[in-house]
Amino acid sequence: MSDHEYTPKSKAGKWFNDRLPLLTLANHLTDYPTPKNLNYWWTFGGILTFCLITQIVTGLTLAMHYIAHADMAFESVEHIMRDVNYGWLIRYIHANGASMFFLAVYIHIFRSLFYGSYKSPREVIWIIGIIIYLLMMAAAFMGYVLPWGQMSFWGATVITNLFSAIPLVGEGIVTWLWGGYSVDNPTLTRFFTLHYLIPFLILGLVVLHIWALHVPGNNNPVGIDIKKPSKDTVPFHPYIVIKDGFALLMFMIVFAFFVFYAPNILGHADNYIEANPLVTPAHIVPEWYLLPFYAILRSVPDKLLGVVAMLSAILILAVLPWLDTSKIRSAVFRPLYKQFYWILVADVLILGYMGAMPAEGLYLLIARVATAYYFLHFLVILPVLGLKERTIPLPLSITEPVLGGSPNMAMAKKKESKLE
Amino acid sequence: MSDKKPERRDFLFTASYAVGAVGVAAVVWPLVDQMNPDASVKALASTEVDVSSLKPGNTITVLWRGKPVFIRRRTQEEIAEARSVKMEDLIHPEKDEDRAKNPEWLVMLGVCTHLGCVPLNDKGDYDGWFCPCHGSHYDTSGRIRKGPAPWNMEVPKYEFVNANTIKIG
Repeated sequence: MSDHEYTPKSKAGKWFNDRLPLLTLANHLTDYPTPKNLNYWWTFGGILTFCLITQIVTGLTLAMHYIAHADMAFESVEHIMRDVNYGWLIRYIHANGASMFFLAVYIHIFRSLFYGSYKSPREVIWIIGIIIYLLMMAAAFMGYVLPWGQMSFWGATVITNLFSAIPLVGEGIVTWLWGGYSVDNPTLTRFFTLHYLIPFLILGLVVLHIWALHVPGNNNPVGIDIKKPSKDTVPFHPYIVIKDGFALLMFMIVFAFFVFYAPNILGHADNYIEANPLVTPAHIVPEWYLLPFYAILRSVPDKLLGVVAMLSAILILAVLPWLDTSKIRSAVFRPLYKQFYWILVADVLILGYMGAMPAEGLYLLIARVATAYYFLHFLVILPVLGLKERTIPLPLSITEPVLGGSPNMAMAKKKESKLE
Repeated sequence: MSDKKPERRDFLFTASYAVGAVGVAAVVWPLVDQMNPDASVKALASTEVDVSSLKPGNTITVLWRGKPVFIRRRTQEEIAEARSVKMEDLIHPEKDEDRAKNPEWLVMLGVCTHLGCVPLNDKGDYDGWFCPCHGSHYDTSGRIRKGPAPWNMEVPKYEFVNANTIKIG
């Protein structure tokens, strides 16, 4: 919270604030000291909040017309598309909104990886973020099942069958998840219930994510600790609000392009065929945002180990703050890490591409190499690099590299205290 | 702490926690078990299928408990191929004689044991089935030969009610 005490100007405001300090909270949020060197990669938190609200609003309106029943779900979605006023628009925003949400979250995660935002003292923010990411994947998967098309049905079959890899109790868990002996109406109704619930869980976690952020304050591209408030910070409003708003507008142009000009390009044509438990589509692929993990699953020839590898690939992120032994946050001052970072980005993109291709021949070989490298990066390269790497000296403040500070530490410190 | 003698109060704490835990479990279990297959799902346990129109080399797929069941009338070559396989070449060793009591008829769940897709007929490297999802190959006895699936396709409980009718389940 802000260091200074806040008192509302009006008498009524003071009366209310003494009983419920909402105005103090609002004041904290507007005055919140933010590093003044935040670049556009830092605008994705705001963009993600927008994505979550968009999904909740469009989801609520879709739920007014959708029927969660195996015999009627597919038709009710077509009904939304053809008959409901602006139903096509709301559904296309919701369906593409999921993709936009993941696009933004991947940029947000990779920004954190580049600038070391997951490091001390921000580990809890990072872990809450990973939980949000897991819940997003669960919500997206269950949402994809609801139209009850071929990809819905077989995607649900394949993903729920992942649990059958668990020794002894696996089959029982799968039957329990299905509520039957195959994916059927009981599966659909419970997926609908959970798909409705999860966004609100995410909303709660987002509040914790922001709360945890406001304790140490934002990381920044230089990655050094800064005094707050100081000459290195600006108040959140209006500076960051305007910058976030501008970035959001740019993002909405991309969003609108998909909604209005290519609404089905990220989907799969097979999902416009109603679910048929007797025929599996020739080529099952998950949505694009799950492809890297799907590639990892398929690159392991053993069923149980494949599932373990896929889950580890996600959960390894939760322990990242302890795998990365370097004390320097920003990759700007880590010449070797910067290169490995870009190799990891390429590796994940390659995995994504291989996940979309058939699991055979050269594709499978490349996917296996990329899977091995993914784990190598987190388990070997990061711990060793932190101990061996020669980093570039950090500036003393955000302002120093711009204004040219004195190389003499004592002088620079003196200068800083004078300005404050 | 450790050398402190247990008091009457410690007994009360332990007893309260134990009763509380039993109470929580008693409330949670119905909430968990409601997700298991219900009575109406369990009631659909068996299906009868007329197989009189099936010629050798043909397969039909029927739905049983929401899952596809393959019924294949096998040719003599397919039977011979299935029975000549050595046990040590199999990932999940099962004799064809045990899987198809009547060698001409192979009845099994058409569900890949990897992640539950429906394998395709007359495909794959072993003249049986091929799963398009993740590339598992099955032989003419429905046994896994290559790929990520861990087991052979499951043979359900079935019987010939008469010469032309199979009852599954």
